[in-house]
Amino acid sequence: MTLPSWKFTAKEIVKKPELFTSGHRACAGCGPAIALRQIMKATRGPTIVTNATGCMEVVSTIYPYTAWKVPWIHTAFENVAANASGIEAALKAMKRKEMYKGTIDVIAFAGDGGTFDIGIQALSGAAERGHDFLYVLYDNEAYMNTGIQRSGGTPHGASTTTSPAGKVIPGKTQFKKPIADIMVAHEIPYVATASIAYWQDVLMKARKGLEVEGPAFLHVFAPCPRGWRYDTSKTVEIARLAVETCVFPLWEAVNGNYSLSPQSKIAALKPDRKKPVIDYLKMQRRFRHLFNPSFEHERIVIQERIDKRWGKLLKKCDMA
Amino acid sequence: MTTVQQQETLALNGDEAVALAAKQSDVDVVAAYPITPQTIIVERFSEYVADGEVETEFVCTESEHSALTACLAASATGVRTFTATASAGLALMHEILYVTSGCRAPVVMAITNRALSAPINIHCDHSDSMAERDSSWIQLYVENSQEAYDTIIQAFRIAEHTKVLLPIMVCLDAFFLSHTLENVKTLPDKKVKDFVGTRQIPLVMGHEGKKVPFKLDPKNPITIGPLALQDYYFEHKRQQEEAMRNASGIISEINDLYSQLSGRKYGNGLTDPYFLEDADIATICVGSTAGTTKYVVDNLRSRGIKAGLLRLRTLRPLPTSDIVSALASTKAVAVMDRSHSFGGYGGPLFHEIRHVLYDTQPHPHVVNYIYGLGGRDMPQNDIQDIYIDLQKIQQNNAVENYVNFVRVRE
Repeated sequence: MTLPSWKFTAKEIVKKPELFTSGHRACAGCGPAIALRQIMKATRGPTIVTNATGCMEVVSTIYPYTAWKVPWIHTAFENVAANASGIEAALKAMKRKEMYKGTIDVIAFAGDGGTFDIGIQALSGAAERGHDFLYVLYDNEAYMNTGIQRSGGTPHGASTTTSPAGKVIPGKTQFKKPIADIMVAHEIPYVATASIAYWQDVLMKARKGLEVEGPAFLHVFAPCPRGWRYDTSKTVEIARLAVETCVFPLWEAVNGNYSLSPQSKIAALKPDRKKPVIDYLKMQRRFRHLFNPSFEHERIVIQERIDKRWGKLLKKCDMA
Repeated sequence: MTTVQQQETLALNGDEAVALAAKQSDVDVVAAYPITPQTIIVERFSEYVADGEVETEFVCTESEHSALTACLAASATGVRTFTATASAGLALMHEILYVTSGCRAPVVMAITNRALSAPINIHCDHSDSMAERDSSWIQLYVENSQEAYDTIIQAFRIAEHTKVLLPIMVCLDAFFLSHTLENVKTLPDKKVKDFVGTRQIPLVMGHEGKKVPFKLDPKNPITIGPLALQDYYFEHKRQQEEAMRNASGIISEINDLYSQLSGRKYGNGLTDPYFLEDADIATICVGSTAGTTKYVVDNLRSRGIKAGLLRLRTLRPLPTSDIVSALASTKAVAVMDRSHSFGGYGGPLFHEIRHVLYDTQPHPHVVNYIYGLGGRDMPQNDIQDIYIDLQKIQQNNAVENYVNFVRVRE
């Protein structure tokens, strides 16, 4: 399969009407709200959106208001992929009866809790069944809607309200689940990672996900100032640093074939441009305790794990 | 409407009767997950799909939770949906039951009533659906496979009625009905399709402030399943109660219309009284036990005993005035519960019936018999013994035990 690459220009994007509009009640500096706005700019036509319970559901549809210009449904937390399955099945049945013409796209949005943890069963099932939809994980690395509890997407060392940094335990002791790799293992046609710092890359990957036949999974890195404890003006900077430090490398896997995205190729081709993880950690107070002398080894452990994962990714991309 | 004279009689078990009715009702999306004793329903439906006999989109999900979610979302997209489950499957759906009714999605679901674990047991009792009485689903309980077939067809029209828009459970007893062959009279496909009709979609306020169809339609976007807090949640729930009240009349109306088509009628659709006009003593039950009880009542009547039976066909909405009027002549009644409310005062049906009769003057003595948990048989003799107990209560005008457990080691 060859995929065309789109050139979403700023001019073109500005002209396109907002489908996720202003007036929603997300916090200042909210990364996921930026992600949703970017993704909705990448739609190619009639689209139905479904949302898992979470920050973006809560802030965008406080009855009787809605921030959406598209048909939108939320049912529960753990089942957004099953929502998408049902919508897609209904569209197929309607098409068979010639109740509409053309294409209607289905996008499912969920946070890290709704994807890494409680929603993985429905997601895995929908991927295995091969429904034609785009699943967007907006990853802010904890249960932010309920007040910053750790999830399977929370990174090692982060202090959350259920993995607090204490006198003996340095925040979360486990590592982030490699969710996008798990989705590649489902042998679905398209999986990619993206960061809100690179809007063109987000849009292109979202469009690719919509264009492929079958399930597509897009893992979007979306910082949360409240949960990560940084100034609201730093959201994009941190989202960029995550890529530059290889904490969150950007890649895509088309039919299981991995390739690095340009933003991450820099670190692959010029290893001296790969920034140390400490640059990323020190900007966020969720990692503040790691700079206590007693937890210094944790910073080494994190850097080692990031390097190990980066090495594995380079091999998958034939760039090792 | 003229009654269809040419009805093919097929040997079907309850599950097969349900699958056939769903097929004939022109369902667009079936999403389901297998669980004994519902499996035959999804197996037969899969065969219809595999043989190209239906245009249905069949989604074999990875859990009951996703099965109901997919039906709910498909229904919200504007199509007709069907699923089936039992026991643990219904329990797993619990969360989405409330979401389905709250989103006003008219999903039709067959329940093959099966005991809940533990101990694990695949046989009949009503613990599963009784636990979901408060989920804002209409609940219809059938007596035999014929009624299972007829009720599934009716269920689509009831659920999708624009004054109702609530999901429905059609409950049939595990194995006693689901796996037992009966002669079932079936209507021609076209007659059923015409009777059920196409799904009507009411108009609601859309995003741009104009009235638009209540479905996920890119041409007329609406938001379904929003956040509603102290200011609006209660109104949503009050509307569900209003829909339930509307459902009573619609269930009766469709029971009448269906009898014109098929020649078969189940009481007034809500209750199905048997020899109650002058009854002194009566039992009240749901499901297949009613069949055995009718046989017992016939015997008692032949001996001059004024016995009767009230079969409750509709548990939600509860037909309160019908229950009161049906039991008007009785002096003692026994409520038969095939499930229990542990630590409560008797089983769930007992709560409902005794409560409804509280304000009637004079009201009969109302006693409770918990029976048949985990599929234990309820033979004629045991039912007859209950009528003998009721005779004693009537004669003595006194009750010894209000809550009784039938044929259990104690």
